[in-house]
Amino acid sequence: MFACLHGSGNLTALAFEFSPTVERTAPHTVTLDASGLDRLFGLPQDVAAAIARRAGEVQVKVAIALAANPDAAICAARGFPGVNVIPYGDEAKFLGSLPLSLLAPSQELQETLERWGIRYFQDLAALPPLGIAERLGPEGLRLRELARGEAERKLVPLEEPLRFEDEIELDYPVDLLEPLAFLLSRLVNGLATRLATRALATDELRLRLRLENRSTHERTLRLPVPSLDTKAFLKLLQLDLSANPPPAPVVHVWMGVNPVKPQAAQSGLFVPVTPEPVKLELTLARIKSIVGASRVGSPELLDTHRPGAFRISVAAYRSPQSNPGISVAAYATPESNPRVGVEFGGSVACHRNKLALRIFRPPRAARVSLTSGQPGFIAADGIRGKVLELAGPWRTSGDWWTTDPWSSDEWDIALSDGALYRLCCNPRGWFVEGSYD
Amino acid sequence: MAKLAGAAVLQKQFESVLGGHLDWQSRPVPELVRTGVSEVDTATGGLPRGCLTEIIGPASSGRTSLLLAILAEATARGEVCALVDAEDAFDPASAAAAGVRLESLLWVRSAHNAEHALKAADLLIQGGGFGLVAMDLGDTPADTARRISLTSWFRLRRAVEHTPTVLVTVARQANAKTCASLILECRRERTVWSRGTEELNSPRRRGDAETSAEKNLPLGSPRFPPRLCVSAVSSPTLPHGYLLRGIGVRVTSKNRSKVCSPVFTAVAI
Repeated sequence: MFACLHGSGNLTALAFEFSPTVERTAPHTVTLDASGLDRLFGLPQDVAAAIARRAGEVQVKVAIALAANPDAAICAARGFPGVNVIPYGDEAKFLGSLPLSLLAPSQELQETLERWGIRYFQDLAALPPLGIAERLGPEGLRLRELARGEAERKLVPLEEPLRFEDEIELDYPVDLLEPLAFLLSRLVNGLATRLATRALATDELRLRLRLENRSTHERTLRLPVPSLDTKAFLKLLQLDLSANPPPAPVVHVWMGVNPVKPQAAQSGLFVPVTPEPVKLELTLARIKSIVGASRVGSPELLDTHRPGAFRISVAAYRSPQSNPGISVAAYATPESNPRVGVEFGGSVACHRNKLALRIFRPPRAARVSLTSGQPGFIAADGIRGKVLELAGPWRTSGDWWTTDPWSSDEWDIALSDGALYRLCCNPRGWFVEGSYD
Repeated sequence: MAKLAGAAVLQKQFESVLGGHLDWQSRPVPELVRTGVSEVDTATGGLPRGCLTEIIGPASSGRTSLLLAILAEATARGEVCALVDAEDAFDPASAAAAGVRLESLLWVRSAHNAEHALKAADLLIQGGGFGLVAMDLGDTPADTARRISLTSWFRLRRAVEHTPTVLVTVARQANAKTCASLILECRRERTVWSRGTEELNSPRRRGDAETSAEKNLPLGSPRFPPRLCVSAVSSPTLPHGYLLRGIGVRVTSKNRSKVCSPVFTAVAI
């Protein structure tokens, strides 16, 4: 069973309320597949009445026709006002009084039919098909089928644009995050439901807040993997808005998500457990709210000789699956991680046991007394002592061809306080860079 | 007395149903993981999962070197690790040289705030999925670290319990008291300097570009000349460019029935 809506207004939205298979037949005509609606509403008359009732609610003026095939429904909706239900098998009789101009034949064919005195559906429907085929060709046969209400075809369904957006216009400005969270929850849940019905997830949430002072506050949250975890989304939004609150009360909330296919990955049985991406994102957001956004991440060394050059990478973790450098075999067998012992002063040492440097950030400015051109006594913040042993200097420099050159002389010193330090002298003075530990 | 007797009867009933004597008191033995230092592994058996391990010692005692070895071992196993750095003292270059896969390491810099470090460590453990969570309080003043309440340590211990995560803290002194399952005390035994004629052929020169072939050579093997060879204006008695070679560290294990104190050596990068 097919239904046709002919009229003005947002017919597509009305049709999508009743069926997912909707064809935009013409600018003012929409056809939908109404099969199955009888289980919801009952008889075809009840289906037509339900559509008409809903059209009245959304204030759409429309003629509605239900028939066994889409073209019969289209002709009826275009030709008769109000609600019409064509009984199965009575299509030719029902449509007989309609003028042939409704089928929009070609100019040449219309002139021929007018010369023959054929002006209505019933006139064309009464003609023999063989004679029509001989005289008017396939187009004539097609018109005859339409006039008899016997044309069968598939609907060309309209693809609903995948735009997952929602908005709320507020009656009064909201200046606290807590009431705003309730609105966000409503939007997030609605969008997540819409995504779930299409078996989709999202990896990006966009929030646009229109403020009372007519400015706009926009935030974008990107997730490492697609998800539909509404609780995590809401918490992430709350944490983000706590860290970056809107400067004025909110009067309008708009939210959009990026629909993507959900990621389904099964980890191996012997692969070490890694943090769940969405949960980790939430944990990182919480930690960032405590220590600061720029102070959490993976360290990444820069390709330079400048001492202490690194940056914090946003990608805070790598799962073994995404890291081709680590294979299951690589960490499953102890042989793959050999410890080659070497003789060092009578004890066995391992190559990996490297002496670590603990960096003082910022470097501690030091007062240094020189003895025979070498540091003899050091005094800095929290550090004070006589130099017992030292080695150096190691002179380094670089980037002299840029506007930010660097150079320093470095010493490794053992102080009388029992610790080992790295001391450096650069154009700005003496500094204790860190301690060996 | 009546309650105790009732409990004994109940226990006997359970044992008769389940068959045989059941050990109700003892906990399951935690899984041990390697530290990355073979001497320490041989002596202690490794670090227990789901437990708190403290690495303690004064400055320059080799605590951080041991921590980096542990991180290197954990990341080599394919585990994701987290380092909560209370004093912002972590040196990524040292870690990379020690074999830590930096891309598998989450670094949280809590900017000289031990309380924030505790909160971050708690959140990371609660989040789950980390093979190792390390909290570095190595440069935190002793009185500040001592002021961390036992409740906080107990909370951390409870959070990590029954998880596959190894929780390691580095500090100057033991702070967690009974909450720590293992305490490794580090002490520097000796310092080796690059000077004198026998050291002139030493491979240790800061700034040397180590090739992959060189990395596997034992110490003392002849290597290519350093990429940068700079002569500085200073005392002629010291060979320029030859610096600290390494330290020998003695690790004493506590909280174990078998007291052991292995020695390992950390060589300078």
